[in-house]
Amino acid sequence: MLPTPDTSHVSYERIYEPAEDSFLLLDTLSTPRETAFLTSRFRNEPLPLVLEIGPGSGVVIAFANAHAQLLFGTREILTAAIDVNSYACAATNTTVGKAASEHASTHGTYLGTAQGDLVAPLRDGAVDVLIFNPPYVPTPELPRWPTATDMVTSVANPSFQDDSYLLSLSYAGGVDGMEITDRLIESLPRVLSPKGCAYVLLCAQNKPEEVKHRIRGFGDQWRVDMVGSSGKQAGWEKLQIIRVWRE
Amino acid sequence: MKILSLNFLTCAVKACKSSSASYPLHPKDAELVQDDIELNPQLLVNLMPRIDWSALSTTATELGFPALPAQPPTPEELEADEQKLKDLHNLLMQTQIMEGKLVCGNCGHEYAVREGIANFLLPSHLV
Repeated sequence: MLPTPDTSHVSYERIYEPAEDSFLLLDTLSTPRETAFLTSRFRNEPLPLVLEIGPGSGVVIAFANAHAQLLFGTREILTAAIDVNSYACAATNTTVGKAASEHASTHGTYLGTAQGDLVAPLRDGAVDVLIFNPPYVPTPELPRWPTATDMVTSVANPSFQDDSYLLSLSYAGGVDGMEITDRLIESLPRVLSPKGCAYVLLCAQNKPEEVKHRIRGFGDQWRVDMVGSSGKQAGWEKLQIIRVWRE
Repeated sequence: MKILSLNFLTCAVKACKSSSASYPLHPKDAELVQDDIELNPQLLVNLMPRIDWSALSTTATELGFPALPAQPPTPEELEADEQKLKDLHNLLMQTQIMEGKLVCGNCGHEYAVREGIANFLLPSHLV
């Protein structure tokens, strides 16, 4: 087991606390199957860009960056993230920095974290490995989506109401818990490089089989597999990680 | 954010994506800091084919760095020229944009950078 990055500096009043879903991503990325896939897929690609959407505390991208040598068979990867919550962006910078300094001989090159709406500020074909632990909880409606002038731009002392709002952005997924994830999945053909792949976490209420069917509908070359799961509950995988890629 | 980030970023406004003027974004009033990172020559050599050199040249010039050569250096050139290695290491690995703005050359929108974090959320009239 590779060590989990330290997130003791993170304010969980307004940033999602690492939980079962985050740890499932860490476990899945470090399975022999996935490290073999990542290592062979990017062996001849110069410095693949590994980008996490919605890193929250930064625990997952800090893990991928700190253990680049083990996950990719090389330290020569670029890492970055985008989060809608500016506090999460700052926390991610700290988490990645701490984990990299604790794993000085295995970490990749971290470019930084930007604040934004999913992949909106990315160029076409920019991403080689996309990681997304979405707001996947079904909710009657989505929180108001933040804009540039919202309080999501850091203030020193956010109110309790502001904190609740920021946390709601990290878990509330609207209908089937899929409203945000669907937007991300629809953008994959645009932002993934030809060799690019995406790891996306789904819960049972997200109707994972329908999600996979939609992805296969992108075209003949699209593939999707379940590569990690938290075990079954009443016959359904409670949480699962799918890997999406093109052959 | 490292300067190399600008190789992967563009304007968040959907209508700008198809315009070549939206990339690279143009830094304005940028405040830079230099981190102290150990020079890794092999990493820089292997990074060269990954870089959009002409966009990087534009960014470097706009940030006040000396003009880059027209073509990216070959592995042989880099390995033979310690100064070239040091300059690229400084530009690509050690320099961070901490404050300032990133401006879209197509729509003119300015994205603020604060404490090293660029804010690409759009104002409501552009969403």
